[in-house]
Amino acid sequence: MREKHTDAVVIGGGSAGLAAASRIAAEGFSVTVLERESQPGGILNQCIHNGFGLQRFKEDLSGPEYAERFIDLVEKQDNVEVLLETTALEVSPGPVHAVYGYSRHTGVTRIDARAIVLAMGCRERNRGNIGIPGTRPSGVFTAGLAQRLINIDGFIPGRRAVILGSGDIGLIMARRCTWVGMEVLAVIEIQSYPSGLTRNIVQCLNDFGIPLYLSHTVSAIHGRDRVSGVTVTPMEEGKSAAAKSFDLECDTILLSVGLIPDNELSRKFGVHLNPETGGAFVDAGLMSSVPGVFACGNVLHVHDLVDYVSEESERCASYVIEYLRGEYPARHQPVSAGANVKYVIPNRYLPEMTNRFYLRSLIVKNKAELIVTLDGEPLKRKKLAHVQPSEMVSFSLDAADLPRISEPEEKRLEVSIV
Amino acid sequence: MERKLVCISCPLGCRLTVTWQNETDITVSGNKCAKGESYAREEILAPKRVVTATVAVTAEAGGAETGRAAAGAAANGGPAAGQAASPEPRRLPVKTSAPLLKEHIPALLNELYRMETKPPLRCGDVLLKDIAGTGVDLVATRSLKAK
Amino acid sequence: MKNDIYDVAIVGAGVVGASIARKLSSYDCTTVVLEKEWDVSFGVSKTNSGIVHGGFHYPTSLLKGRLEAAGTIMFEKLQQELHFPFQRCGILVVAFTVEEMKTIERLYMQGVENRVIGLELCNRDRIHALESKLNADVVGGLHAPSGGVIEPYRFVFSLIESARKNGVELQTRFKVVKTENEGEHFLLHAEDGRRLQARYLVNAAGLYADELSAACGAEAFRIIPRKGQEFLLDRNAAGLPGKVIFPVPAPNSKGILVIPTPEGTCMVGPTAVEQEDKEDLSTTRDNFEAIFHSARRLIPKISERDIITAFAGLRPALKGGDFYIAVSEKQPRLIQVAGIQSPGLTAAPAIGEYVKDLLKSAGLVLTERADYDPLILEVPRIRKISPYEADTLLENDPAYGEIVCRCESVSEAEIVAAIRRGHTTMDSIKFYTRAQMGRCQGGFCSYKIMKILMRETGMSIEEITKRGGESRLITDRVGALTVHPPTTPGKKQSAGEAEQ
Repeated sequence: MREKHTDAVVIGGGSAGLAAASRIAAEGFSVTVLERESQPGGILNQCIHNGFGLQRFKEDLSGPEYAERFIDLVEKQDNVEVLLETTALEVSPGPVHAVYGYSRHTGVTRIDARAIVLAMGCRERNRGNIGIPGTRPSGVFTAGLAQRLINIDGFIPGRRAVILGSGDIGLIMARRCTWVGMEVLAVIEIQSYPSGLTRNIVQCLNDFGIPLYLSHTVSAIHGRDRVSGVTVTPMEEGKSAAAKSFDLECDTILLSVGLIPDNELSRKFGVHLNPETGGAFVDAGLMSSVPGVFACGNVLHVHDLVDYVSEESERCASYVIEYLRGEYPARHQPVSAGANVKYVIPNRYLPEMTNRFYLRSLIVKNKAELIVTLDGEPLKRKKLAHVQPSEMVSFSLDAADLPRISEPEEKRLEVSIV
Repeated sequence: MERKLVCISCPLGCRLTVTWQNETDITVSGNKCAKGESYAREEILAPKRVVTATVAVTAEAGGAETGRAAAGAAANGGPAAGQAASPEPRRLPVKTSAPLLKEHIPALLNELYRMETKPPLRCGDVLLKDIAGTGVDLVATRSLKAK
Repeated sequence: MKNDIYDVAIVGAGVVGASIARKLSSYDCTTVVLEKEWDVSFGVSKTNSGIVHGGFHYPTSLLKGRLEAAGTIMFEKLQQELHFPFQRCGILVVAFTVEEMKTIERLYMQGVENRVIGLELCNRDRIHALESKLNADVVGGLHAPSGGVIEPYRFVFSLIESARKNGVELQTRFKVVKTENEGEHFLLHAEDGRRLQARYLVNAAGLYADELSAACGAEAFRIIPRKGQEFLLDRNAAGLPGKVIFPVPAPNSKGILVIPTPEGTCMVGPTAVEQEDKEDLSTTRDNFEAIFHSARRLIPKISERDIITAFAGLRPALKGGDFYIAVSEKQPRLIQVAGIQSPGLTAAPAIGEYVKDLLKSAGLVLTERADYDPLILEVPRIRKISPYEADTLLENDPAYGEIVCRCESVSEAEIVAAIRRGHTTMDSIKFYTRAQMGRCQGGFCSYKIMKILMRETGMSIEEITKRGGESRLITDRVGALTVHPPTTPGKKQSAGEAEQ
């Protein structure tokens, strides 16, 4: 078995992994990135549409262009090694972690590293998770899989499609399918409002006359060998109005019904996962319950904008560097999600530094307010013009905002939305 | 005449109201920046969109495209049996260098699906110049190394 | 194409047909298995619950009781030879009341009569010690260490592989549409024009056994499809038991069970509803709450949130409820093997023996083959071995290092092994390797599997199917469809949306 020693192993060579690797290496540490595909870039490679990098680069880039910025960086860094077509299958945690990467080219390689960065991204919620009744024909795809097939492999999954879910992936695919000559009959959305950006409603649906059925769901799939159609049912007051169902004839169904952080590997070696996010519980330095194992990007929590993934991953890298230097602060104070907040990341804060928080609202509201309390006392307020669950909110607390806390005191931060 | 639009220039999506008498007398309100103003005008007069798509990259021998040839090699116990499918992408992502008049989009797509490119290519290389005389080009959005 | 007359043609390559084929493969006779689907185990056996029963549910006065008892003890040897996933984990039938305990005692006595080894009547303490996740209200039950769990399609695949290794021929996509009795042999016509002759015919056609019997001019009976729906729960589900949990049975149903699988997942179900349509495998939301309510009654930690997928299968129910395995009285060289519902899989090895004896009694001369080899090659599976063992394996076959299915840790070598054994649909590969069966349900591995299939078989992308027939995945390549100008924006249902 080949053995390597490196300072940090980054599992996943997508937007999160590349940003973290580059930043860690810039401080002189050696980094090995394990990437299971044949090229780095992760999911960005198949996101050929634009809208990426508006925050970070002030440019309107496509996914591959955004990825290439980081791939170029990493290629110039001698102390970053990217192992392609290599899958991390096993991790033995310890004072020095052992990561086993499997590759057809190099066999199984054991990589010993003091720090691990989890950057595996997410997977898509599928038909099994949401339990659409009916037959089990071919022609049912998750939107991301269809995107991969069309954009990377050049394969068209069908001729007439119905899309379930009005998140951005579903909307983008409505346009993409139309632009490869498929007929997109409808986008079906169970909520009473679309979950994707309005600009995408315009340029992906309205431009093509594709109807959006809000407050509707797909209640059955038909077809013996291949999809022959779906039954669409309106929701009234949260219940399906079966009598008002109608059928749409189609041969393809694309599901855009949510993303789940892909923490199979993490779970296997003992990382504690937060059921609210699907990702790891992390402290103020984005370190998980396993010492020296950090997480960033979609594997930690599902992001809306890749720009924030890069930012979060670079911050994570700065904590990894502290850890590798032996300067990682041991005590972190608790953070909780309060009223109307689904989750807050990270789950810990450090009073002596700038803390950046990401959260998601449980409610939809205009003119809302974010309230942060410390031990029950209001600490900070922030006005939010509009909140909804599909749009991540972020805020920072500087060392100046936070009191000095001496051991063994504990002061809990709670974040609420009203 | 009046129309309500949502600006697509950035993710904010300002809600705009456009009023106009004729082609020269157009008023836009609701925009938070100049991009909204120009977007609204264009949308009334000559709607345009950035087009993103993919163009075929010439297949390399031994890749998964040539399934039958490789299967023959595999049947002879050759190394093709253990090889990965062709590692370089078989589709090159592309975009228009600027928004293109909507009426030209179907023809552009049909044309680019008939094209083939091959490495090496740099991100930003022009594949089609001056589409339909609009001054808009088709450019690559990723680099492909020489094989 | 052989013009020879086969000694035996077995119609149906489910667990029954495959068991018979494997048994016959140890004899010096020419056997062909005819399967109408594109792969074996694609009919009734595809959605089998995967239980090897404990041998106490049925009296030996019933054929199925005798064959279950005989079959269940054969599984260890079969596993050693054929390497399918199987665990003798044990079965618990649990009771909530004193009344129910009386039924439990009756089952116990029946098991003792059937000579089942190791049966145990359990009191409250004992049964909870055997399974800590049981509902606290369980007062006692029956423990059958003789019960176990199996992967049914892997079992069928391995039986067929072994049979073929020993000379049995398999013809898939062979749907028998007409049978003629030409005196000393049958002439079978397939839907696609293929024809075949065989002296003896074994009707193991599952849901269609009645139709085949009628086509042969043999006994008239009716197979009634009885649908069973099941839910598959995640490996990490809190409610995963260590043994198969049964409630006290109802008169015509074993009830909703909680069934661990050899791979560590868990199934909840099956329901039992009769229907007309032999092809309707649709799942419904009906009874969803009832099913989970019943399951939670046994194991309170069972949760809908752990559902990976749901599916339904059809049992071939025959009036009277017992197996119909006999030489046809109307067609003396036809062996009827019909109405094989539960405990069909458990009984299958014994059915193989039984049918072999029936064929003998019908005049087929069987001599044992000197060169019969009961073993098949075990294909190493990456997820079962340590990194060090994998590294050694990789030296000989680098394709073991290419991890195709990350959710289930399946390597390219295993996928190639499946394809080279004739499993060339996406579902077949899924059943042989487990790729596409995990959390992402094929989201990340389907495109890789399709490319491997193309490379190994020369199929084009449009020819790749989920399970044969019209179940294509890809219809065209990018560029094949013309892009048309959009129709003028039609009616939109988006509430409060701006006109563009």
